[in-house]
This record gives sequence, structure tokens and C-alpha cells, in this order.
Amino acid sequence: MRKKNITYWKSNLRILGSLMSIWFLASFGFGIIWSDTLDKIQIGGFKLGFWFAQQGSIYVFVIIIFVYVFLLNRLDKKHFLDSSKEE
Amino acid sequence: METQALTYLFVGASFAIYIGIAFWSRAKSTNDFYVAGKGVNPIANGMATAADWMSASSFISMAGLIAFLGKDGSVYLMGWTGGYVLLALLLAPYLRKFGQYTVPDFVGTRYYSSTARLVAVICLIFISFVYIAGQMRGVGIVFSRFLEVDINTGVIIGMVIVFFYAVMGGMKGITYTQVAQYCVMIFAYLVPAIFISILITGNPIPQVGFGDTLNGSSIFLLDKLDQVTIDLGFGAYTENTKTNIDLFCITAALMFGTGGLPHVIVRFFTVPKVSDARKSAGYALIFIALLYTTAPAVAAFSRINFIDSIQNVEYSAAPDWFKNWENIGLLAWQDKNNDRSIQYSSGNALEGIKPDYSEQRGKSGERILNNKPNKANNNEVYIDRDIMVLANPEIAKLPGWVIALVAAGGLAAALSTAAGLLLVISSSISHDLLKKTFMPKINEKQELLYARIASTIAIAIAGLFGIYPPGFVAQVIAFAFGIAASTIFPALLMGIFSKRLNKEGAISGMIVGLVFTTSYIVYFKFLFTSANISENWFMGVSPEGIGFIGMLINFVVAYTVSSFTKKPPEKIDEMVESIRQP
Repeated sequence: MRKKNITYWKSNLRILGSLMSIWFLASFGFGIIWSDTLDKIQIGGFKLGFWFAQQGSIYVFVIIIFVYVFLLNRLDKKHFLDSSKEE
Repeated sequence: METQALTYLFVGASFAIYIGIAFWSRAKSTNDFYVAGKGVNPIANGMATAADWMSASSFISMAGLIAFLGKDGSVYLMGWTGGYVLLALLLAPYLRKFGQYTVPDFVGTRYYSSTARLVAVICLIFISFVYIAGQMRGVGIVFSRFLEVDINTGVIIGMVIVFFYAVMGGMKGITYTQVAQYCVMIFAYLVPAIFISILITGNPIPQVGFGDTLNGSSIFLLDKLDQVTIDLGFGAYTENTKTNIDLFCITAALMFGTGGLPHVIVRFFTVPKVSDARKSAGYALIFIALLYTTAPAVAAFSRINFIDSIQNVEYSAAPDWFKNWENIGLLAWQDKNNDRSIQYSSGNALEGIKPDYSEQRGKSGERILNNKPNKANNNEVYIDRDIMVLANPEIAKLPGWVIALVAAGGLAAALSTAAGLLLVISSSISHDLLKKTFMPKINEKQELLYARIASTIAIAIAGLFGIYPPGFVAQVIAFAFGIAASTIFPALLMGIFSKRLNKEGAISGMIVGLVFTTSYIVYFKFLFTSANISENWFMGVSPEGIGFIGMLINFVVAYTVSSFTKKPPEKIDEMVESIRQP
């Protein structure tokens, strides 16, 4: 039981690590640090860095959460066959 | 007059709905009062979280701030949405698994110490009051402009309404009224945005529209805006003026602060399962993103409309909204060059910045100011940024019902957040202070009574803050985020992800974080406001972003102290182990 919990937690941490890097990249990275550089690329009326800072980062955030929901539900199923019973 | 009647109708109807829902879902037990019986559907909870989250500041102030800050304003957009990723991934599911009622509950249990619980309660009450002050001021602004009562009366009406459903319904009442408030709020935000987007660019989707070309021309809206703002002496709209380090820290402080805001966290205690907590955070962010991706579009539209409709216009021919907001005291005009028309450009128009109105009227009928004109520039207009969203439909000459809708939406935003905050204040007093610390013998009925008394007192104090407001709505709120980021967020995060952190570490971390952040903000924002320039800032970080540094200091202090003191007891190890499993 204990061992199963540890592997579950490790897989969770791995998922967290990769999703948090995307989170960082889309906001702090594209929206702030490299924003001025990305601004040299223009798509329609938007400079790309500006678009990431005011639009793109938010869309990425939403996607990250739903990917996490999906991955964790799958992980839960794999480790604890019936995860619906709680409380 | 027709707009006025419609406003009464919309606001009255929405209030009737809120009170009706509160009556239908009133709380019968402490479980109902604190966490809505843990039976809220994740989508409904997502909506309620969104309403709880999107405050007067998001609805009323944010687009206005961005309109004047341009790209610098992105920190609010990223900061106030990115925090949900932290909540969904790092906190919500584990705290839901823990399964108690309040945030201090977790801190107190995880760090096996009533001192830790007490420190958390102090931080929480502080954050909530700072935050709630902004809401009441928002309520006051909406009432005074659209229902033509003065700001103070507006605040009192708002207090009575919140009292009714927060005290009676507790979390259960609040949750379902928030669902209704979300619908009112988002509808009220999107309708004018869509209208204005069509008017300016011909594109019905504001998120796309503000990257589109202007109607009947091949110039992109944002390019035009850049050009206009540069001509008037501001920086280009789509370029930053703040340094990267400052932008980084402000965004981080807002994100981690969001993760530490007790009234948001506690919403995830209301869903039935751990997996629902994750899902619910996702839905919440979708509902929030709908407004947050619209806001920068509204900002760009309103900036250009604002300039177009007043620049070089004679005061006597100025649009009605200009005079209405002037009468309320959130706009002022001083004819520096005596040409009787309005000139707007960069710089503070007035000495002393805020207008000080006299009783007299000038030659053109404007309110005469006691301020001396600021000779350093030619700007003649003082504008409080908080009015942009509310004035936007009028500036764009939209029909009366849209304006009425915006008033109802602004109130929904302010009231829903105020109610959520009142609940965490009252539950932290009745549950954490009384039941768990000082009066453990009280029964459930008494606890519920104390919770209601505490909310009543909290509403009264919040009202006082609304009547004597400390500064801009959004600025006050930045303070709350700094404190949340440097105290509550680290305590929760380390409590879940580290087994080694003990009570000594957590308590000293929170205290150092709180003291550091508070003194930095108080120093620059209240004591020595003239010293508040980037040369004096610690590593170039403004008071808005200092919460992030406070958080890093908290981590360092907590780990250092923990490694020199003894390990947490065995049962804490088991507890952490159990919250990590769904």
C-alpha cells in the first residue's frame, strides 16, 4: 500500500513539474521576459508578445488545468481502481 | 430619464433574485454555513468561484487600469488568472481531501499548533478586510452614478443587501446567489463589449476585434492607439514602461497571492470529491477567462473612444457622461489655456493630483477647482480610472438598457465578492478563534449564532472602509495580494509538499513574510509616498510586487528554522501522506 502511494505521488510530481514549466513559459516567459523580442513578430493587429501578455497566457492556463484534470483522473484510475468513494 | 428607470428596474430585479435565492437556500447547520454541506456541483461551484473571485476591481477597475497602463496592465490579466493554475495543481485537491472548514484549520492541524492557527487567522482577517474595503467602495461608485444617491448611502444599501443573504444563508446562500451573480455580471460585461467591438472594428468577438482593423480603414486598432498615445505624450500603448524585474514580481505576487486568498480556497471545500476540486478550478478559470480576455479589448476600445470623444471638444458641447462624472467628483477639467475646449494629454493636470472642488461654476459651467493648475504640462483633464468601464457604454453612445445592465453587473461583482469575504471572516472568528481556540465547549447552535454575529460586525466595519476609502480600488487590493502571497500561500504549499516542515518553521516564516511585506508597503504607500520611486525600491521591485520577495523570504526562513528544530510528530507524517492520496 505504502509503496503504491509513493509511486502515485512521484507520477503526480512529474506531471506537476512539466505542467508548471508550461505555466511559467506562457506567462513569465512569453508575456514578460521574451515579450519584447516576440513583439517583433506581428500576427494580424497583434504583436505576439503583447498578445501572449493579454490573451494567450490565459488560454494556456485554462488548457493546463484541464490537461491536469485528465491526466490525474487517469492516474487515479490506474492506482486506485475505485476513486469515487470518499468521505 | 429612461435609462434611470431601466437602471432601477435591472438593479431591483437582480436584488430580488439574490434575496429570493438566499431565502430558499438558508443554512441550517454549521456544515451548511461554512461549506454548503459539501454538496455543490463542480460547474456551479466554478461559477460561484468566478463570481466570488471577480470583484468590483475586476469588473469596474481592471479594464480602466489597463486602458491607461497599456501593456504594463498585463500584469493584472496574467496575475489574476495564472493563480488558478496554482490553485488547481498545487492546493485545491489536497485541501479538499483534508476536509475541514477553513484555511486556518489546515494550518493549525498540519503544524499541530494553535499559535500557527492564530497567525493564519490574523493574516486572513487582515487580507479580507483590506480586500473588502475595495468592494464597498465599488458599490458606492455604482450607486452614486446610476441611482443618484450619494456614495455613502450607496455603501449602506449595499451593506444591507449583503447582510441579508450572507448572514442568513452562509456559504449555501452565498454559493447559489453567486451563481446568479456570475450570470448577471458576465452578461453585463460582454454585451457592451460586443456592441463596441462591432462599432469600432466590425468584429463581433472583442477578443479578436481589438487585433482587427478600424471600420472603414486599413489601420489596425492597436497601431492607431499606439500612434495616438505617443502623440499625446504617453508611451506607446503596446509597449512596457516598467522594468522586466518589476513586471515579473508584480505578476508573481498577484498569482501566488491568488493562491493564498482564503475566500477563494474555501470554495474548493464545498465540492463532494477531490477530483471535483480539480475540475471545479478548471471551470472557474473558464468562467473567469471569459471576462479576463474581454477586459483588454474593452481597455483598448475605451481608451480610443475616450480620447476621440473629448479631445479639443468645447466644454459646453462635451458629452453628458463627462459632466455626470464631473458632478460625482471622479472627473475634472481645468481650462489652462482659456480656450473653453478640452485638451487631454499625459501628466497630472492638477497640482496635488486629486481634484478639490469648490462650490462655484466657471465660465463654461465646469466645476471650479481649488487646485492650482500643474504648469508642467498642458493636460486639462483629471480622470479617475475606476470610471472607464462604467462610462464606456455611454462614451460609445450605446442604448439605455445596456448602461442599466452594466450598473447591475458592477453591483453583482462587488456584492458577490464582499459576501464571500464576509463568510471567511466570520467563519475564522466563530470556528477558528472561538470553537477551536478559546471556547471549545460551545455547541453547534451557538457556533452558528457566533458566526452570524461575527458577519454582522464584519459588514459594519467593511461599510466604514467603504465610506472612508483608502485610495484606488485596485491599489488597495494589491496590498491584500502581497500579504496572501507572503504568508498563507507558502504555509499551505509547504504543508502539502514537505513533510519535514515543522511548526517553528511555518510560524516564523509567516511572521517574517507578513512583517517584511507590510512594512515595505506601508513605508512606500503610506509613510513616505514621495519616496515611492524606482531608485529607492529594493532591487527595483515596487510595493505591488514585493509580496513575491516576501514569499521567497518566507520559504528561506521556514526551511532554515525547521532544519534547526525538531521534526514534526509521526501523526503529521501520516496526515500529509493521506492528503496526498485522492
